[in-house]
Amino acid sequence: MDIYRAHVLVCGGTGCSSSGSATLIDRFNEKIAENHLDKEVKVIRTGCFGLCEAGPVVIVYPDGTFYSRVKPEDVDEIVTEHLLKGRKVEHLVYVDHATRQQDAEKKLEDITFYKHQHRIALRNCGVIDPENIDEYLAMDGYRALEKALTQMTREEVIDEILKSGLRGRGGGGFPTGLKWKFTYQSQADQKYVACNADEGDPGAFMDRSILEGDPHAIIEAMAIAGYAIGASQGYIYVRAEYPIAVKRLSIAIDQAREYGLLGKNIFETGFDFDLNIRLGAGAFVCGEETALMHSIEGKRGEPTARPPFPAVKGLFGKPTMLNNVETYANVAQIILHGADWYASMGTEKSKGTKVFALGGKINNTGLVEIPMGTPLRTIIYDIGGGCPNGKKFKAVQTGGPSGGCLPESLLDTPVDYDNLIAAGSMMGSGGMIVMDEDNCMVDIARFYLDFIVDESCGKCAPCRIGTKRMKEILDRIVEGKGEEGDIEKLEQLAQTIKNTALCGLGQTAPNPVLSTLKFFRDEYEAHIKEKRCPAHHCRSLLQYKIDPAKCKGCTACARICPAEAISGTVKQPHVIDVQKCLKCGSCMEKCRFGAISRV
Amino acid sequence: MKSLAELEAIRKATISKINVRKENEAETVRVVVGMATCGIAAGARPVMLSFMDEISKRQLNHVTVSQTGCIGMCRLEPMVDVIVPGHEKVTYVHVKPEMVPRIVAEHIVNGRPVDEYTIGAAE
Repeated sequence: MDIYRAHVLVCGGTGCSSSGSATLIDRFNEKIAENHLDKEVKVIRTGCFGLCEAGPVVIVYPDGTFYSRVKPEDVDEIVTEHLLKGRKVEHLVYVDHATRQQDAEKKLEDITFYKHQHRIALRNCGVIDPENIDEYLAMDGYRALEKALTQMTREEVIDEILKSGLRGRGGGGFPTGLKWKFTYQSQADQKYVACNADEGDPGAFMDRSILEGDPHAIIEAMAIAGYAIGASQGYIYVRAEYPIAVKRLSIAIDQAREYGLLGKNIFETGFDFDLNIRLGAGAFVCGEETALMHSIEGKRGEPTARPPFPAVKGLFGKPTMLNNVETYANVAQIILHGADWYASMGTEKSKGTKVFALGGKINNTGLVEIPMGTPLRTIIYDIGGGCPNGKKFKAVQTGGPSGGCLPESLLDTPVDYDNLIAAGSMMGSGGMIVMDEDNCMVDIARFYLDFIVDESCGKCAPCRIGTKRMKEILDRIVEGKGEEGDIEKLEQLAQTIKNTALCGLGQTAPNPVLSTLKFFRDEYEAHIKEKRCPAHHCRSLLQYKIDPAKCKGCTACARICPAEAISGTVKQPHVIDVQKCLKCGSCMEKCRFGAISRV
Repeated sequence: MKSLAELEAIRKATISKINVRKENEAETVRVVVGMATCGIAAGARPVMLSFMDEISKRQLNHVTVSQTGCIGMCRLEPMVDVIVPGHEKVTYVHVKPEMVPRIVAEHIVNGRPVDEYTIGAAE
């Protein structure tokens, strides 16, 4: 057995990988060998740490030193100073957003970003090597499967999930235990378990991170589910755009088979279960359960009307239980620690924790897991660190294209399924996009609608034609061609689509428009009536102007302007020719005196 | 195919490998080796390696080995601190690799510091 005195954990999630963590790992191994430390120090590629903003992230144990934004050239210093001589490299240590300090002694859980979090679904992400089943086993992995198979009846497993109050984390929030129970009660010669890893909401990436950081947790949970409902075959439907997740999942499935944790006669209990991966081509609609199952069957990914529900007639016409990745990530923990433990967290109707992907105009972009009932304000300010550059917070979008935008006045809403719906948005899969004063809400609504128009499968008319018409109206509004009555037309279309679309995605498609209309109606009215964009965002409705009092005549703006729209002599105030101006904003960025503004 | 007992054995073996990543563990014994220039020159590296060797041989899950810089008594290097939770820190001086098995066996396993190797005996 090899014991290493120090472990260097390098984040290998998609975020850090794209900022170069693979190069870091190579460089670490190279430098460690060069300094003859390869018998003492081990480099481990882990899953996502959550603090993607500070990536690539490197943690050195046993000290627990948290290095952020590590560049390949920093590696030499960490190796020769920290690993060889035991001196922490202070200037590379993560700067806490709340204290603005670099503290090399600070443990991970004391950092403000992690302090408010409670990690259940993400508990192994960034802690273990996802490509090594032994490490998952050491974190009590597959103990829950062992417990379920050897000590619990199928009814007891379902009962435990039911009592825990776990609800579907994919967005719908349907009680997971009930789904298990219905599928259990269906009579059939063959049943299936399926996992929805077709994470399509713009801005959400928790499912990807779980698959990348802790793939065995999903395999274990699906095997437990298979036992509970009486299925011997499972499918994981994951989008092909997640290559790292697919790769780690395949490795994990192979390892589990090798250890006999998947396959025939698991733990000699007579229970057979195996898993296969199905790749999705990235259509948003395939996240809808009926469309997803058609896609697994090899058919066109289009939704069909329910009932019959999948619990009765799903994959290949057999009873099927479909859960989301994050839902599964909680299952083993519930079996292991009991329903009461899980139900002790969260609010009355929403138990446990929820993972959110923070993005947009926020300091700490990343993945956070918090107990249900945490106020939005805590997530955005205490964990997320607020809006960058001192800008004013305007709204937060939750629930992706099916959700809505919530304004400042609703920031104290405790986050759970029911509160978010009452506030006019929804939980969705947990994307949380923050907007500041520079974001135009009409344009945001247009962005989401644009997404829907693109992704609508086209099967039903309300979604195919209705959303297109809505988008045309919004296009007109942001171009300054809005007409009196447009808002009413939008509302009428939205209601019709909501009432008549075939699947959940169509029914919720108008939500971004409805919620922005509810909270930011004045912005719509300003666009239509005054031909003005209050956020100075919509190009057709703004002009760039030079303040003659502030302009020093440095000519920087005139030189950068691609349209040669700026004229003036040296040391004299310059002027922008509105006719020529392309509104690209280069001059404003270039001006050192703040003389150029958008009006 | 692994049996339940085999899985349990893998768990145990892996825990000792990844134990180093757990923070603030109340029962973790820390072995801290002085590894500044003075320590390395006096032969601290073979000492540290023999600690790691001994610990893995005995499968001591609860022990971590780490390094520290110079604490100023360069003439006493190689110096090693053994910190058992709930007890005072014990500092060993002029440590040689052949002394390590005894320190591990008597101090870390059986809880009796090896008095004759400590800084108190040297001074």
